[in-house]
Amino acid sequence: MSPRARVFAAYAALVVLGLAAPFLVYPVFAMDVLCLALFASAFNLLLGYAGLLSFGHAAFLGSAAYVTGYAARSWGLPTELAILAGVATATVLGAIFGALAIRRSGIYFAMITLGFAQLIYFLVVQLPWTGGEDGLQGIPRGKLLGLVSLESNLAMYYFVYAVFLAGFWLLHRTIDSPFGHVLRAIRENEPRAQSLGYDVDRYKLLAFVISAALSGLAGSLKALAFQFASLSDVHWHLSGTVVLMTLLGGLGTVMGPSVGALVVVTLENYLSSFGSWVTVITGAVFVACVLSFRRGIVGEVRMLVKRSFSA
Amino acid sequence: MIRSAVAVLAALATAVLGAQLARAQAPAAGKISGDVVRIGVLTDMTGYYSDLAGPGSVTAAKMAVEDFGGKVLGKPIDVISADHQNKADIASNTARRWFDEQGVDVIADLVSSSTAGAVMPVAAEKKRITLLSGPGTTEFTGDKCTAYNVHYTYNTWAMANGTGAQVVKTGGDSWFFVTADYIFGKSLESDTANVVKASGGKVLGAARHPSPGTTDFSSYLLQAQASGAKIVGLANAGADTVNSVKQANEFGITKKQHLAGLLIFLSDIHALGLQAAQGLYATTAFYWDMNDDTRKWSKRFFERQKKMPTMVQAGVYSSVMHYLEAVKAAGTDDADAVMKKMKETPVNDFFAKNGRIGPDGLHRHDMYLVQVKSPAESKYPWDYYKVLKTIPAAEAFPTVEAQKCPLVK
Amino acid sequence: MIQALSGQLLVGLINGSFYALLSLGLAIIFGLLDVVNFAHGAQYMLGAFAAWMALTYLGIGYGWALVLVPIVVGALGVLVERLFLRRLYGIDPLYGLLLTFGLALVVEGLFHHAYGNSGNAYPVPEALQGGVSLGFMFLPIYRAWVVLVSAAVCGTSWFVIERTRLGAYLRAGTENPKMLQAFGVNVPLMFTITYGFGVALAAFAGVMAAPVYQVSPAMGSSIIIVVFAVVVIGGMGSILGSIVTGVALGLVEGLTKFAWPEASGVVVFVVMALVLLVRPAGLFGRQR
Repeated sequence: MSPRARVFAAYAALVVLGLAAPFLVYPVFAMDVLCLALFASAFNLLLGYAGLLSFGHAAFLGSAAYVTGYAARSWGLPTELAILAGVATATVLGAIFGALAIRRSGIYFAMITLGFAQLIYFLVVQLPWTGGEDGLQGIPRGKLLGLVSLESNLAMYYFVYAVFLAGFWLLHRTIDSPFGHVLRAIRENEPRAQSLGYDVDRYKLLAFVISAALSGLAGSLKALAFQFASLSDVHWHLSGTVVLMTLLGGLGTVMGPSVGALVVVTLENYLSSFGSWVTVITGAVFVACVLSFRRGIVGEVRMLVKRSFSA
Repeated sequence: MIRSAVAVLAALATAVLGAQLARAQAPAAGKISGDVVRIGVLTDMTGYYSDLAGPGSVTAAKMAVEDFGGKVLGKPIDVISADHQNKADIASNTARRWFDEQGVDVIADLVSSSTAGAVMPVAAEKKRITLLSGPGTTEFTGDKCTAYNVHYTYNTWAMANGTGAQVVKTGGDSWFFVTADYIFGKSLESDTANVVKASGGKVLGAARHPSPGTTDFSSYLLQAQASGAKIVGLANAGADTVNSVKQANEFGITKKQHLAGLLIFLSDIHALGLQAAQGLYATTAFYWDMNDDTRKWSKRFFERQKKMPTMVQAGVYSSVMHYLEAVKAAGTDDADAVMKKMKETPVNDFFAKNGRIGPDGLHRHDMYLVQVKSPAESKYPWDYYKVLKTIPAAEAFPTVEAQKCPLVK
Repeated sequence: MIQALSGQLLVGLINGSFYALLSLGLAIIFGLLDVVNFAHGAQYMLGAFAAWMALTYLGIGYGWALVLVPIVVGALGVLVERLFLRRLYGIDPLYGLLLTFGLALVVEGLFHHAYGNSGNAYPVPEALQGGVSLGFMFLPIYRAWVVLVSAAVCGTSWFVIERTRLGAYLRAGTENPKMLQAFGVNVPLMFTITYGFGVALAAFAGVMAAPVYQVSPAMGSSIIIVVFAVVVIGGMGSILGSIVTGVALGLVEGLTKFAWPEASGVVVFVVMALVLLVRPAGLFGRQR
């Protein structure tokens, strides 16, 4: 199969799976998976391709969730505008945090992003309109383009799915573009990329902003799907979870983060009646991945396929 | 490239089509939905409030179902439970899943106000009943009231007007609050502040601490000390209160100032010990050792939980029992019919005397002002309170007019 | 007013002592092993729980716990280094961070499952109960003890690392492990011992914290984020930097609690952002 055909087949499979999903599983669960898959894919652009570990990505998802929620509920903005407001917030935050954090690299970069994320967390706790510990409740799903009501789970699911596909496709195009290739060059060997004349900081910043914007989109969708924005959306635990999803699914692969998101959300759902075992198993999976499973699920599958074809 | 675009467009088209075709699933017709009455006890199993509610609440609900006979209108009754870890989003998502996927008809306990606040709108939207036993926020039958909510056991107004008024009467006219920084704590603080001011006292300030999550209260207690207030009002609950009292003793606050625990449960006294807790006033809906009826039920509870019940746990039993009786009387588990029956029928069991659920959903019943005994006064295990007086229902709770629930015309 | 301020500063000093103890361990581990030990908070929690368990199940009191618990937990740390961390030296330090993060989740999850979240009480040891009236506040003796012991431990550690031969080997190992090994020093053993020592320090802080902060599974994760900020501000790998910054930040937090209490949770991060923008390697750090 030519690479072109393979990509098309993959997308076709995704579409079919997505269309069937709400009839096979609880739609709200499926929406949870999709939002987090988008979040993880956006995160992967930064970590898997640009090689930058951000430990504060929850700030983008969470801030967009709160802004979208507030815009929809208290300003009465129509659904699309509310989402736009959320994404815009995340993008602006991404630009500011990115510009400041890019100056450093490695662990310092991670710590700065963590620090900024904690600032956002603090803001969310203190600002009167976010509801603090109680969260932002009663977010209306509204009508898409004023025509189609999103109140039913099924309708909302298809909307989320469509947006997910669009976002995913955008990320895929970015990764495969010349821009994406330069990012990979920077990850492999930054001084060399610089010596070849690329404005390394510019590229890193742009990747950061794109990643933040799409994370914000995931957050906006999540707020509308669950009709609720809470402190968990800006907590650093979420930042850690997205790293796990990406690592588990496959760093630096296109489908990996989505697969990782699916696994993690499923685990959390089915183990929720066992309380803290979720945390234990999540941690154990993390440890196993880091020690011997660094390519992640998709990476390992690819290795297997390659090997069986070249044998 | 073109092919991927086609794929995306196909998905979008399907989304629009799907949305048009989608219809909300109609509830199963028939007298008892799903042929079973399912009660969901959503509570804090492992966190700050697990001792005053938690597994004890689940036991109380199960006891109610067993005592009722296990069946209503010929259909079985099922009790399920889950831990919301005091997180509003987990509570909201669990409730939603319970209603959508598992046919839960009523959710009981909820224990914390942020979780209750998150679940009530979901329940109201889906026409299912919430029986609040643990949460305290007065607004739940005020401007946050819903047509499907019953606020059963106590609220912060009752606490403020019971304990708060009593403390002011005995000379505590300047207050500083140490408050749990979420809807419940703030509600308790403001209700008590109103009582203090109405009695001519002064509120000198408040220190709000994150909750849950705070274990070291030293800086908040120091602020209280610096204010010079006669009374340090603890507008928090559960483990927060226990830690605040302990540390207040450690820092010598209690040498010059008095502590007022605005919401105290039997489990807190058990954790603190009588030495540290003696003299504290409390307002309670229920105390295990008040009369023969309470003792009988509580001993049965003790056999299963190895602890004496708090008012929240007793409230869960009583509210579930009242609900089941309403279902039987209404002949259906349809929420509107059951709510009507619950509000029409008075409550008179070991838990509540002269209990009446008002049009706003608030269960007004007699409350009791108690004081914690000193170690010398306590004769046997769990002998913690002396009952000072009974506060009749009309005085104990705010009137329907005062609550201003928008549903009540 | 002075009374209120002094009280908060004193509480800040106490908190700062914990920050200093914990960031010292982190700095030592990062300085030598290049590993960001995300499990540090969990190891601190393990120390507190071990002290509680020793008291509750074995009747072993505070005094003995102070000595035994760090040894036991430190030994666990050695195990972790041998089994897991050793395999990750030489590859992207990201993986060391992720591994320790995963370990932290496992440990915290297990304890949360076993003991719930509201915390277990640990009594202040009898010899250290009661307090002293300082005029502006009543100072519990135990909290004064915390400050003194932390100062002693931090001071001793700093001395050992900066002024003794063993410390010189450690510092040399940071710069150039291969060269050091060529000189005949058993560098892998040094790594193992260093990690164990850092973990023991965390556990020691945990035992000290038990009577103050209550013993709960969440105690590690709530403090670890702040401690990371402290280490980053101080300059990762700088021993003096972490100690000084830890104490200083405790004081800054205390001041914030006096002036603007709601901001006290975030002031550390604001300071971190500001410092890193001006001095990218931290206050005392060296560019690596």
